Amino acid sequence: MKTNREIEHFVAPVEETPLLATDSLKTDQAPLSLWADAWRKLRRRPLFIISTVMIALIIIVALFPGLFTQVAPNDNCQLANSDGAPASGHPLGFTFQGCDVYSRIIHGTQASLMVGVFSVLFVLIIGVTLGALAGFYGGWIDAVIARLGDIFFALPLILGALVVSQLPFMRENRGVWTVVMVLVVLGWPQMARITRGAVIEVRNADFVTAARSLGVSRIDSLVRHVLPNALAPIIVLATMELGVFIVAEATLSFIGIGLPGSIMSWGNDIAAAKSSVRTNPAILLYPAIALSVTVLSFIMLGDALRDALDPKSRQR
Amino acid sequence: MTTSDVRISEAGLTDKPLLEIRDLAISFKTGSGEVQAVRNAHLTIMPGETVAIVGESGSGKSTTALAAIGLLPGNGRVSGGQILLDGEDISHASEKRMIELRGNTIGMVPQDPMSNLNPVWKIGYQVKETLRANGRPSGPADVAKVLSQAGLPDAERRAKQYPHEFSGGMRQRALIAIGLSCQPRLLIADEPTSALDVTVQRQILDHLETMTSELGTSVLLITHDLGLAAERADKVVVMYRGNVVEAGPSLELLQNPQHPYTQRLVASAPSLASRRIQVAKELGVESDELLAPGEPVVVEPTMTEDVLQIQNLRKVFKLRSGFGKSTDFTAVDDVSFSVKRGTTTAIVGESGSGKSTVAQMVLNLQKPTSGKIVFDGVDTSTLNNKEIFAFRRRVQPIFQDPYGSLDPMYNIFRTIEEPLRTHKIGDKASREKKVRELLDQVALPQSTMQRYPNELSGGQRQRVAIARALALDPEVIICDEAVSALDVLVQAQVLNLLADLQSRLGLTYLFITHDLAVVRQIADHVCVMEKGKLVETGSTDDVFDDPQRDYTKALLHAIPGARLMLPPEVA
Amino acid sequence: MIQYILRRLLQIIPVFIGTTLLVYFMVFALPGDPIRALFGDRPPSEAVIAQLRQQYNLDQPFWVQYGLFLKNLFTFNLGVDFTGQPIAATLGRIFPVTVMLAVEALIIQTVFGVTFGLIAGLRKGKVFDATVLIASLVVIAIPTFVLGFVLQLLVGVQLGWAKPTVGATADWGNLILPATVLGLVSFAYVLRLTRASVIENMNADYVRTATAKGLSRPRVVVTHILRNSMIPVITYLGASLGGLMGGAIVTESIFNVPGVGQKLFQAVIRSEGPTVVAIVSVLVLVFVIANLLVDLLYAWLDPRIRYEN
Repeated sequence: MKTNREIEHFVAPVEETPLLATDSLKTDQAPLSLWADAWRKLRRRPLFIISTVMIALIIIVALFPGLFTQVAPNDNCQLANSDGAPASGHPLGFTFQGCDVYSRIIHGTQASLMVGVFSVLFVLIIGVTLGALAGFYGGWIDAVIARLGDIFFALPLILGALVVSQLPFMRENRGVWTVVMVLVVLGWPQMARITRGAVIEVRNADFVTAARSLGVSRIDSLVRHVLPNALAPIIVLATMELGVFIVAEATLSFIGIGLPGSIMSWGNDIAAAKSSVRTNPAILLYPAIALSVTVLSFIMLGDALRDALDPKSRQR
Repeated sequence: MTTSDVRISEAGLTDKPLLEIRDLAISFKTGSGEVQAVRNAHLTIMPGETVAIVGESGSGKSTTALAAIGLLPGNGRVSGGQILLDGEDISHASEKRMIELRGNTIGMVPQDPMSNLNPVWKIGYQVKETLRANGRPSGPADVAKVLSQAGLPDAERRAKQYPHEFSGGMRQRALIAIGLSCQPRLLIADEPTSALDVTVQRQILDHLETMTSELGTSVLLITHDLGLAAERADKVVVMYRGNVVEAGPSLELLQNPQHPYTQRLVASAPSLASRRIQVAKELGVESDELLAPGEPVVVEPTMTEDVLQIQNLRKVFKLRSGFGKSTDFTAVDDVSFSVKRGTTTAIVGESGSGKSTVAQMVLNLQKPTSGKIVFDGVDTSTLNNKEIFAFRRRVQPIFQDPYGSLDPMYNIFRTIEEPLRTHKIGDKASREKKVRELLDQVALPQSTMQRYPNELSGGQRQRVAIARALALDPEVIICDEAVSALDVLVQAQVLNLLADLQSRLGLTYLFITHDLAVVRQIADHVCVMEKGKLVETGSTDDVFDDPQRDYTKALLHAIPGARLMLPPEVA
Repeated sequence: MIQYILRRLLQIIPVFIGTTLLVYFMVFALPGDPIRALFGDRPPSEAVIAQLRQQYNLDQPFWVQYGLFLKNLFTFNLGVDFTGQPIAATLGRIFPVTVMLAVEALIIQTVFGVTFGLIAGLRKGKVFDATVLIASLVVIAIPTFVLGFVLQLLVGVQLGWAKPTVGATADWGNLILPATVLGLVSFAYVLRLTRASVIENMNADYVRTATAKGLSRPRVVVTHILRNSMIPVITYLGASLGGLMGGAIVTESIFNVPGVGQKLFQAVIRSEGPTVVAIVSVLVLVFVIANLLVDLLYAWLDPRIRYEN
């Protein structure tokens, strides 16, 4: 449908719009790998700075509790001090048993952190391996691993932990390692699912096919190309789960199937403080705050990492 | 003709423009401050007129069109100039006013039919809500009428289906139905067919043209294809880096481009080049002369050996259809052809034709169900692992998506070095030397080595992919849609590079593409595939000049610009 | 659609068998006398032990034991507790209370989570969004039992807005406080999930097209953004039921709610292994069935799923 109208022919002056050499390379910036790019974004984010400083502090406390308190957590417990108010040298007061609250919090860091770190470590080993194999190879391997994951998935964390903790073996050996075991057994399917999804997303990328046609073997292409590109969601989940597992440990200890009372942990202290919650809520609040701040640090870090590693936010 | 040479006809003076964009500037807020995306854009659309904006990605063509319907993304704003609709400046109109205008005064047909329909609502509902929002009768009969006008057969039943039950072409028809359902006076069509197969593309554009001319709708057509723009529009506006560089009557712009950018664009557009060859041939000029002006045509009679022979190739996929049953899907059906050393053979077909599956099998990434692939006299299915490893040195791929074919975690050095390392060629120093040479060969500066893929443009990435493919000194390169995702000018550069490398290194190309226009420029032989079958083979000239099959004819006819009369000379 | 339902039904059967088998295997495939072992160092009377031994058919081969265990589970023949009371009868009495608590928590987390998430998503980067995001992280970081004690103390004891404990007669009104505590963690996840998918959908092409059609903003938000954002949220709600069941143990014991969670908690404290296993098995059954229902809802929300092969 062409009209018969007369149409003006406009040409822009050439000087105004200089023609660039098609496809010239920008050379004014330093080369940026994905990690360098993420780091550049992260180091300016308050969420990231606060959480890493907090985590560093928590790790130091866990490794060297002696640096922060001279008071031994259990030695000088005197029932005379039961639920006592803060006193000189005892800034947060005393527990029901008459122990120093501050010292117990400092010394309790280790157990909570150990449970978190080791649980995540084993969940990573099992979950990433199974998830990557399932996602990369597909077929019957995928089907078997997926069904296995579904079976564990149908067992909610606390309920599963209740059953597992009824086993005489678990009951007799209660400690950090049994809690880690419970969390790993019930926590790996989540990691496997995330890994599987991330691997499937990458496995059909052209650069993997290109590597295969170069003669790179299947397993090498998984390790060298697929996994590194699937790492972002795995790192984010692992960081967040560190926090989630610490909460889970405290909850299990509260119910009475976590760490035994002989091991100092925030969960146990909170559980012990519940009997005096109406009269002296402070002794419940202090370990609760320590716990929440730790967990919050890890979750904030995970959140900051998620934003920084999001491939959608990468420049093209 | 110059800018001062303004001529307005008697008729032109009497009618007022429907849309007039004056000195439009649009800027985006980004992390590093305000960035100007469009400067001094201007265009005029008269009632009933079709105007096309042509440009490459990032030229500001879509941004300009979106500003006209008030749909700039959240971080964008009109920072200067006017958008006059019937004399009313709507560049800063209230959201309320824009909602009044959208649908019944300005309609839109978006680019990608796959993502522009909401997957969770039935097609009928998505039409119905448009009618209702614009105060039109919206009963089932009205909805069916709108859909059938856009060329959807069996509209009443179709209205009750979801988008995923529609093919791409049908979805685009549904989107056209929605865009025109309230009979807007202006339709903005943003690359309305670029995601579709060429034959479907042509049908849809024909239908759109018929509908808009019946309704007297003005159309603002956004496209990257100059041939398509010239064929469909009265007037073409060329945009480059946010500026309008040239505007004028479409045919005149093609025949007599004034601005250097337009000249380059006209020279590079494959659809136009293809057409030009066609015109030239009709005038009795040989296409070889057109393609390699000034250079003697290299036809070495010794190069007649078949490096690749494909014999009765079949590939059957098992598709699961629930409850352990499976149906067979024949992706490639009895395909035979051969490729001569040092030549370029193109496999052409639309999506689902099986052309990429052929490429995968030639690359030994998928096993044929039956049939043979003979490379240099050896049946590739008989190779053991060690022999396959050796085979990979000799046959290399280049893929379509320049964003997906390079590992984002690897810098360019590691990417190009990987084949050398995998095959344990040379030591560290000699490998680095080789990488530098390869970068030279693909005309990238050596400093590219330290860069990461996300810092490069599409064309640069494709050059890196070519360098990686060349690293092992292969004999055959399989280009799977290797230039389809690139802008026209970059596409031309990469095609030139490939041609140059072929003549220097004696490479053999197997070129998989949907774009017949590109084929005409580069291929010696063509294989046309349709639904897994080979429908026609022959030398490029034979197939283009005298297509035997209806399907080939339809494909050729669907190349945009095929109806244009162009001067035969090579720009 | 019918094919999809059938397929999902077929898929949950192996999951259910696998999960119950896992539970059963862990507990009853032990060497020695599992009943006595399960009770720890404070065994009940011989009569109760004898009854339990009969309940779990320990003289039969393992697969027969397991088959009878499943049969008992489906016929709600759950054996007796420490004091010789039939567990099924107790559960019949206390189960409605927990269902009430869980439904109330589910409503609270969904209504508030989706609303806040939608507003935050629509106002991405604004003050409201930033505040809500940080607040949701804080909520996730505080364990349910700490939240329980704090809210009980603040709202229940100090402010006196709600009864700090529920007691024998639970109803929708006095369950508000425990239900809020129970729903809080999932509320934070629902909020974040809604926000993320609202942001994703806001930038979707079909939302821009809907706007270009001339729809008003509220219509676009409700029919296109919110409707599509509900799909991942629904999936999460199914998974969150597991968390609610675990949380109920904590919440019910803090607020003295006479429900399944409190019963379970007491059983743990008293080392009543068989009771714990019986109740957990029932809860797993409920969880699996609830997730099947969620899957069906999901298929209704996302038509693409029904046709997927």
